Amino acid sequence: MFKTFDPIKNKTLRVIDNEGKIIAAKWMPELTDEQILKAYKDMLFARQADLMTVNYQRQGRIYTYPPNYGQEAVSGAVAQVMRDDDWLVPAFRELGAYLAKGATLQEMFMYFMGYEDGSIFKNAKNFAPISVPIASQLVHAAGIGYEIKYKKKDQVVYTFVGDGGTSEGEFHEALNFAAVWDAPVVFIIQNNQYGISTPVSVQTKSQNLAVKAIAYGMKGIKVDGNDFFAMTKAVQEASEHAKSGKGPVLIEAVTYRKGAHTTSDDPTKYRTKEEEQEWDKTDPLNRFKKYLVEKKLWSDKEEKKILPEYKKEIDRHFVAAENYGEYPLDDVFKFLYTDKPDNLKSQQVEHERYLKWKEGK
Amino acid sequence: MVNAINQALEIKLEQDKNVIVYGEDVGVEGGVFRVTEGLQKKFGKERVFDSPLAEAGIAGSAVGMAMAGLKPIIEMQFSGFSYPAFNQIISHVSRMQNRSRGNFKMPFVMRMPYGGGINALEHHSESMEAIWGHIPGIKVVIPSTPHDAKGLMISAIESDDPVIFMEPKRIYRAIKQEVNEDHFTVPIGKAKVVSTGKDITVVAYGAMIREVQKAAALAKKEGIDVEIIDLRSIYPIDRETIASSVMKTGRILTVHEAPASFGVASEISQIAIEEAFLHLEAPPKRLTGFDTIVPLPKGEHHYAITGDKIFYEIMRTVKY
Repeated sequence: MFKTFDPIKNKTLRVIDNEGKIIAAKWMPELTDEQILKAYKDMLFARQADLMTVNYQRQGRIYTYPPNYGQEAVSGAVAQVMRDDDWLVPAFRELGAYLAKGATLQEMFMYFMGYEDGSIFKNAKNFAPISVPIASQLVHAAGIGYEIKYKKKDQVVYTFVGDGGTSEGEFHEALNFAAVWDAPVVFIIQNNQYGISTPVSVQTKSQNLAVKAIAYGMKGIKVDGNDFFAMTKAVQEASEHAKSGKGPVLIEAVTYRKGAHTTSDDPTKYRTKEEEQEWDKTDPLNRFKKYLVEKKLWSDKEEKKILPEYKKEIDRHFVAAENYGEYPLDDVFKFLYTDKPDNLKSQQVEHERYLKWKEGK
Repeated sequence: MVNAINQALEIKLEQDKNVIVYGEDVGVEGGVFRVTEGLQKKFGKERVFDSPLAEAGIAGSAVGMAMAGLKPIIEMQFSGFSYPAFNQIISHVSRMQNRSRGNFKMPFVMRMPYGGGINALEHHSESMEAIWGHIPGIKVVIPSTPHDAKGLMISAIESDDPVIFMEPKRIYRAIKQEVNEDHFTVPIGKAKVVSTGKDITVVAYGAMIREVQKAAALAKKEGIDVEIIDLRSIYPIDRETIASSVMKTGRILTVHEAPASFGVASEISQIAIEEAFLHLEAPPKRLTGFDTIVPLPKGEHHYAITGDKIFYEIMRTVKY
């Protein structure tokens, strides 16, 4: 597959078309109907959660949030392949993958409400915290990959970056390190066409983003990131490749950020309605649904029935996050060091003295 | 303040063909805080443009531009994302004039919003001015009013020395002030006495000035007369203004959002000791952020420096 889709040929791996029809059965990933249906439902859930989060933000109940809307198939595919032991090293727009890893919506809500405790991810094994500085997490993935290889473990690291992130030096350093070490890392670029307002054409002169793999001596592939099946196939193959000691893989998932960069951003400033409508035709869930309906695995009726359940479930997590309670002063100081310096202790004591004075006023 | 900085950029883009403005999302969008709004439209994509997303690349290419005779004004979207550029700043921006024995000038301006109080995500609330102030070879300024922002920005652009221009984003749109529309400068390295007083000197800058003013009003009710100094330049620091104020009041408190250790307040306390030791009636005092990460919004109130807390420290210092 990596030969057929050598990035230099600028071909895109695609399995179903925008109508959900199979156009390349050869690349259909091996999945049972049950798995396929679950994947769709998980993506539907993630979308619903995402849409509701933007609404909560508009209601002033949560702070800045980066929507995943339109990019659900990328995380959905990784969720199919990623095992409990595998590592997930995220950026900040991979909601479906977090949930698959065992993170809860409540934790995610807490994080974006401004609770550090939202990064604890109690039941998510080998899940790195959300990383805001663009592309900086990719080098960590290379380091984790080194450990896996050194300890001869059966694990893969999945790590994410956006199209804008491919301009950062650390993106290139991470690919190079992972390739030099033959580290089992799958790098996934969510090419959603924009870094905030800046289009890919301003980021790079390369014909595609997958081609950057070639210079580092590793495999790369450009995939229709809105095609769940193509993405799953690519992640499966990349994972096998990485696990077998042949080195890392770079997947460019071509997708579209239907929402804003974050809730503080206004996309009408930099893109047209026409462009958005054009991309709407490729929407990952619509395509997937058409496929399922055709195969009689799913129906509008079932979707209508399940959405209110999802909404209830999502709201339950949200309310739990909202009721998490006070953020104690001690939590500001508690985790910064394992061995807390006295200096820090006295700063806390000083502050408590002030609070006492304030109370007594 | 957003408009004032925008005006300064516009004036200099108009006056000097060598002035170039670039960074992430500064062109089409006009910056995430709209500081560069309208400039690309007016001056074209060759002079005001979006760069690839790479802070080291932005700062490093600006070094080359400055060496070749341009006057780059670059933006770091948030100060918390400026660190990939750190290598360029500490290894080249700050050293080029010295290394080339003055052959290459470094008319380089790096703008960036900084500071807390906006309920932001991680890396969007820090105040790390001391890191930059510690580097020999660069100047660091922080305005607290639209007028100073404009005047300092024009000075920064007209300077042959590299200037890091930190913008207190919490008060980007908080202060309404008539600003002269023409070209004017505010000198780099000069502090401003915001209000005179005889009992204690309080030094601050950026968004903290407003909080100090609140505290001074509270102190006034207690009969305490506060002299407020807006530092405006972190480096070079205005020793003279600080010294003469402390000689008068005998007491000094410095307030900043940044962590305490190795911070600007320590520097100011030391100046007070060196310049006015025999006039001091209390040890120079610091009121700063904790030596911790700025907490996410649900915990940020613990970290925030409020007028109330400044008032508390003023009273403690006065009653020492």
